[in-house]
Amino acid sequence: MSESEPESLGANVRQTAAEMATGDRTDTLLQTDGLVKTFGGFTATDEVDFSIEEGELRCLIGPNGAGKSTLLKLVTGTLEPTDGEVYYDGHDITELDPNERVDRGISMKFQVPSVYGDLTVRENARLPIQQFADGQERRHLVQESIDAAGLAGYEAVEASTLSHGQQQQLEISMAASLDPDLLLLDEPVAGLAVDERDKIADRVTRLNEEEGIAFIVIEHDTDFVGEIADKVTVLNEGDIFMEGSIEEVEADPDVRRIYLGESDGGAQ
Amino acid sequence: MAAESAGSASAPSSSPSALTRLRNRLEGPNTIGNSRSFWIGFALVLAGLVAFPLVGGSTGNQFSLFLVLGLLGLSLSLVWGYSGILSFGQTVFFGVGAYTFGVVSINFPTPGGITGAVIAGTLAGAVLAALLGYFMFYGGVRDVYVTIITLVSTLVMLTFMAQTAGSEWTIGEAPLGGFNGMPGMPLLNLGVEGLFTFQFVFNDLELFVPFVGTTEVDPFYYLSLALLLVAYLALRVLVNMDFGRVLVAVREDEDRTMMFGYDVERAKLVAFTLGGGLAGLSGVLYASRNVYIDPSVFELYFATLPVVWVSVGGRKSLLGAVVATIGVEYLRLNIGGEMALVAVGALLLLSILVLPGGIVPWIDEKLSRGAPDVPDVDSPETTAEVSES
Repeated sequence: MSESEPESLGANVRQTAAEMATGDRTDTLLQTDGLVKTFGGFTATDEVDFSIEEGELRCLIGPNGAGKSTLLKLVTGTLEPTDGEVYYDGHDITELDPNERVDRGISMKFQVPSVYGDLTVRENARLPIQQFADGQERRHLVQESIDAAGLAGYEAVEASTLSHGQQQQLEISMAASLDPDLLLLDEPVAGLAVDERDKIADRVTRLNEEEGIAFIVIEHDTDFVGEIADKVTVLNEGDIFMEGSIEEVEADPDVRRIYLGESDGGAQ
Repeated sequence: MAAESAGSASAPSSSPSALTRLRNRLEGPNTIGNSRSFWIGFALVLAGLVAFPLVGGSTGNQFSLFLVLGLLGLSLSLVWGYSGILSFGQTVFFGVGAYTFGVVSINFPTPGGITGAVIAGTLAGAVLAALLGYFMFYGGVRDVYVTIITLVSTLVMLTFMAQTAGSEWTIGEAPLGGFNGMPGMPLLNLGVEGLFTFQFVFNDLELFVPFVGTTEVDPFYYLSLALLLVAYLALRVLVNMDFGRVLVAVREDEDRTMMFGYDVERAKLVAFTLGGGLAGLSGVLYASRNVYIDPSVFELYFATLPVVWVSVGGRKSLLGAVVATIGVEYLRLNIGGEMALVAVGALLLLSILVLPGGIVPWIDEKLSRGAPDVPDVDSPETTAEVSES
C-alpha cells in the first residue's frame, strides 16, 4: 500500500509553491501544478504553474493560441490534462468531473453567450438556482438574479431575442447565482459596445468586492483589463510569460512585441 | 378513475387548493395546454375516447393498437423531444419487452405469472436501455453517434432474432421461433390468484349503456386507454418538474448545463431508461394484444415509425406524440401496402419542410395567438403565489 502518499505529496508541492508566491500567505484558492495539455503534436499548455488567491481578480491575456482557453477548460474539467494537477481550496481536483467542480465552487461563463435561447429569461435564471433553493426563497433568488442582470421586465421573453450584451449579463447572473468562490469569464466583453462593456466591468468589480468572488477573466480588451484587474498574467505559447499589474505588463517591451503591438486592433 | 380526475379540472371551486396543486404539477413551460379551455377540451376528447368502442364498431377495436403504440410515441418524445437524444432504438426496447412478456407468460401462464410477465417485459426494456445508455453516455458518445448506435442495435436484434428458428432457441416452454415468431402466448390476465384476477378476452366485457342498450366491448381497449392517459399525465408532471427542466437544458446545451453543476450523463441515462421502460410496456401490450410477436418489430421500417410520429406531431410536445401516433397509424393501416410507405414518407417530408416544429404545437400557437398559453411562472410550487403575472 502506498498510503496517502500522492495526496500528501501534492499538499507539500502546493504549500511550497504557495509560500514561494506569497511569502507567509496560504490562502491560495486555485493552483495548477505543471499542467500540460497536448493535442496531437501541438502543446497547448506547457507545464503551467498558475495560482490565484481567494477573492483575487486576475486577468489572462495573450495572443491567440497562447493557451488561455485551454487553461480555463483544464480548470473547469471540460478538458483532461495530459500531465499535471489542479488544486482547488487545498484539494486535488484533477480527477473530478466538471459538475463536481461546480459543486466545489467553480463557475464559468462561456465565450459565446450560452444562455438557453428557447427558454424564457425566468426559466434560464431558475435553472442553476433550483438545485439549492425552493419555494419562496427560490422565487426571490430568481428575481434577484434577473434584476442583477438588468433584465427586470424581460422575465417572460425568450432569451434568444435578447441583445448580445443582455445575454452576456444573463449568463453572468446565472453563473454567479451558484454562489461560487471562483468565477471564470471567457472574453465577457468581446463584441460589446462601450456602454455595455462598462456595465460588465461594474458588475464584475461589484461581485468581486462585495461578494468576495475570485475571478479569472480572459480578455483581449486592455482598457477593460486595466479597469478591473488586480493582477495580469500574460500567456504565450502555452506558458506563463509574465505576471504583474496592467501597468507593468503594458510597459514591458517583450509583451508589447508578442501581444499588445500586433493584436490591439485585431482583437477588438 | 383517471378520467374523472381530468374531468374535474373543468369543474372548479369544489376543492380549489387540491385542484390548483394538481394543475400546478401538470402545467408549465415545457408542455402545451396550460389553460382551462385546454383541460375542458381534453376531458371532452377523453369522454369521446371512452365512448368510442360503443359506437365505433370495428374501428374501435383497431384503435386499441394505436393507443398501445401511443406509449411508444411518448417514450421517444421524452427521450428525443425533451432530452435531445435521437434514438432509433425505441423499437429495440419495445421488441425486447414484447419477447420478454412472451417468454415469461408462456412459462407461467397463471394470472400471477402473466402479471409478472407484464412487469418483467417493462423492466426488460428499462434495464436494456439503462445498459445501452450507460455505455453510450458515460463513454462520451453524443449526438448523431447515439442515433447510429441505437439504429444499429435495432438491426442487430433483427439479425439475432431472425436466426432463432431452431429448437435450441427455446427458453423453458417458449420457442423464440425466428421469423415465424412466437405464438401461443396466453391471454392477458392481470391479478393474483385468490385475490383478484381479470382476463382480457376480446369483446368479453358486457356493459349496459343508456340509449345503446347492453353492448359488448373490448376491455383491452380501456386498459390501453387508461395506461396511455396515466403515462401522458405522469410525463407532463415529469417534464414540468425540476428534473424535466434539467432535461430540457441538456437538450438545449449540454456543456452549459454541466457547468451549472448538473450531472448531464446521469440525467440522460435516467431519461433514456424511463423511455426504455415505457417502450417496453408498449411492447408488452402489443404482444399481449396480438398474442404473438415476431422479429418484424426490429425492422428498419418499424424503427423509423416512432421518429415519424414524433416529428409529425411535434417532438417537443407529449400531446403531439400521442396525437400523431394515432393519426399516422390510422392513415398507414387504412392505406396499406406500398402506398402506406409513400404516404408516411411524404408526411415526414412535409412536416420537416413546412412545419418543423410539428403539427400540434402549430395548432396550439394558432389557437392561443394573442393570449400566451405558457404561463410565466417560476415553478409549479409557487404558481399560486405569482398572481400578478
